[in-house]
Amino acid sequence: MINLTPQLTTQQLTDPMQPEPFRVKRVMKESYDTFTLEMEPVNSERLFTFAPGQFNMLYIFGVGEIPISISGDPNQPAMLVHTTRIVGAVTKAMSKLKAGDVLGVRGPFGTGWPVSAAKGCDVVLVAGGIGLAPLRPVLYQMLAHRDRYGKVVLLYGCRSPEDILFRKELEKWRARFDLEIFVTVDYGDSDWHGNVGVVTKLIPKAPFDALNAVTMVCGPEVMMRFTAIELQKRGVQGESIALSMERNMKCAIGLCGHCQFGPTFICKDGPVFTYPQLQSWLAQWEV
Amino acid sequence: MKTLDELLHEHEFFKGFKPEHLELMAGCATNVIFEAGEYIFREGENADVFYVIRHGHVALEIHDPGRGPIAIDTLQENDVLGWSWLFAPYRWHFDAKAVKLTRAVAMDGKCLRTKCENDHTLGYLMMQRFATVLADRLQQTRLQVLKLYD
Amino acid sequence: MTLNTNSSTKYVLESTDFQQLIDVLVGIGYRVIGPTLDHNAVIYDDITSVTDLPIGWTDEQDAATYRLSRRSDEAFFGYVIAPQSWKKFLYPSQVRLWQAALSNGSFEILPDSEKPEPMAFIGVRSCELHAIAIQDRVFIEGEYVDPTYHARRENLFMVAVNCGQAGGTCFCTSVNTGPKVEAGYDLALTEVIDHETHYFVVEVGTERGQHVLEQLPVRTADKREAKLPKTITDQAAHQIKRHLNTDGIKELLYTNSENPRWDEIATRCLTCANCTMVCPTCFCTTVEDVSDLTGQHAERIRKWDSCFTMDFSYIHGGSVRYTSKSRYRQWMTHKLATWIDQFGTLGCVGCGRCITWCPVGIDITAELEAIRQTKAKGEAIKEGSDENIG
Repeated sequence: MINLTPQLTTQQLTDPMQPEPFRVKRVMKESYDTFTLEMEPVNSERLFTFAPGQFNMLYIFGVGEIPISISGDPNQPAMLVHTTRIVGAVTKAMSKLKAGDVLGVRGPFGTGWPVSAAKGCDVVLVAGGIGLAPLRPVLYQMLAHRDRYGKVVLLYGCRSPEDILFRKELEKWRARFDLEIFVTVDYGDSDWHGNVGVVTKLIPKAPFDALNAVTMVCGPEVMMRFTAIELQKRGVQGESIALSMERNMKCAIGLCGHCQFGPTFICKDGPVFTYPQLQSWLAQWEV
Repeated sequence: MKTLDELLHEHEFFKGFKPEHLELMAGCATNVIFEAGEYIFREGENADVFYVIRHGHVALEIHDPGRGPIAIDTLQENDVLGWSWLFAPYRWHFDAKAVKLTRAVAMDGKCLRTKCENDHTLGYLMMQRFATVLADRLQQTRLQVLKLYD
Repeated sequence: MTLNTNSSTKYVLESTDFQQLIDVLVGIGYRVIGPTLDHNAVIYDDITSVTDLPIGWTDEQDAATYRLSRRSDEAFFGYVIAPQSWKKFLYPSQVRLWQAALSNGSFEILPDSEKPEPMAFIGVRSCELHAIAIQDRVFIEGEYVDPTYHARRENLFMVAVNCGQAGGTCFCTSVNTGPKVEAGYDLALTEVIDHETHYFVVEVGTERGQHVLEQLPVRTADKREAKLPKTITDQAAHQIKRHLNTDGIKELLYTNSENPRWDEIATRCLTCANCTMVCPTCFCTTVEDVSDLTGQHAERIRKWDSCFTMDFSYIHGGSVRYTSKSRYRQWMTHKLATWIDQFGTLGCVGCGRCITWCPVGIDITAELEAIRQTKAKGEAIKEGSDENIG
């Protein structure tokens, strides 16, 4: 029997649909179609604390609002950082922002990557394309507390050498002895001396202990499905594979219904899930 | 100095091969080295060999007029390079370039084909190993054509 | 007058005194909303007088069929349910969430301070009470509270009216949501009419209801009268023709996403979204961000949306649910299966509106049964499974 008496609240309700103005401090071009915005709140000294993997709704005045994951350093909460690829009207408008311009922010929303669960384990991050952006905060977090983790491995795939994001940072990290960075592209030109092939190809040879590894996968859905299969072939348990999902979102607070994926709301039950939570639904078409 | 059958024994591809089979294989093997930038083979040339890569980095390329060489796959330590030696007309389909200094064991195709014909147990084993390599490469290529990261 | 405050006591309000109920509610400050006739349908709208009620009319409902006809009596609530549910008042089809203005190189949110008037609903059916309770779970009992819904819900006065007859598309008995009103009301009425008498048996659900009742010219119901709410709703229950078999319903749908029946439904479904618009529990919305021509002023408008549209599942690259098959499957699987995981109940209250208002007469009860019968994949559903959720 359903309880027919409403559970009302007496607290003053703040509207979770109202964006807060943030000012752009710096714009960085990452590739021909991808850019990073650094921003600060306009009206407050608010520190933007978030968990790696969480996202915000970013609003361009009068144009529209879209979900974008946070790509900055969780230990630097004074600066909010987002990396975005131009794919539609809102991201196009966003790409035209300059230092000093203002955009709206709601968030942070959703679940984060299993960073605490990874303590004492090898950590394998598998990123495809723009999927590196939501995983970058994990790397910052791990580097800030490097002694808490075993091996930290990043496997990153993208289409061509021109598409590689955060190139300078990757080069800097690659020089460290306590990080293993492997990058692969689908097609390489004569200047490319790195790996060629899909990112799943890197998994069998990557240096980690499959039985004691926590893996975090972010990229297009097909890439994540095949990555999960390849990680399991290597011996990683399903529960140790985390994925970050994407769906249409209008509210980010579980009320608009758009982001449903089977029984889950990607916005509040996700975007980060363990593989077994999604496995049966990932195999179905048009969920 | 390690013997050729010891080198083969250490390689991922030959894992589980019996000593007598490794010995047979070693009879067809030569130790080779390629400098960075050196082409191991070129498209259209006779494919009378395959390479067991011990270490290094090899790029498979297609040359496209106007775009130059496009790398479509790379191979490293514990990979095998080349399967055109298995099937007529035994010609290479792509260019293979050593990106870094690469050490490998070259396996003579004609020699191997004869040994596989004479010993079907060995022949089956070889076909099984190559089928696995081919299936993996096919799966990866399928994902590659998807433009997976868009 | 002083009344016995025993909550089980029932009262009698003569139909000739019904106007006083409206007047008392208006007097307290409620915007009174009830059934009235408009465009050849019974709809829920503002009422001020008993003559606004659809006196002497009833509705005939069946798959893709709705028409009004005259009753042989002058009953006030002699119809079944209105095409549109009460959700249009608690959760308006279009609402401005905020306005914003550019100022000093930034923008400022100007919240809409207009407070909604307290509302009193007259004529809420049992299935509709359940539908509102289901929306309560979505909008005010979860992690995030929707302020728009909360502001309307918190001051709502609910006058429920028991069903004296069932409609052709009703199936509340299958999902345990009626026809008898059991809880969730301030006052519950049962209309009693024959050639000699016309009165309402009144039950009190809350202190607020008690307070209103005390201002009405009622008398205590006698033993026979007190039994009438049950007798009358039992009669209505017996008229129900449709049945939704909820045995193992979640597993049935979870294991039948590739059932061939979905393809068959897709040949009929027009993806017109009517079912989602009339459904009293469907809650999906979209937002539109707009600005004026100067670009100095912007607004966010929230509108009802439907999972039957292509835009609904659009992500860069295209729509996730690009076939009508997958969109119907999403809707029905949400109502009857994933809703259970999300909110602990079915998302269906058996009101039958989606059947009546489907232009091609797709019947959710029949389709579920067809899926059960053409079950192609998955485990057999155990008989007597405890998944019978209502």
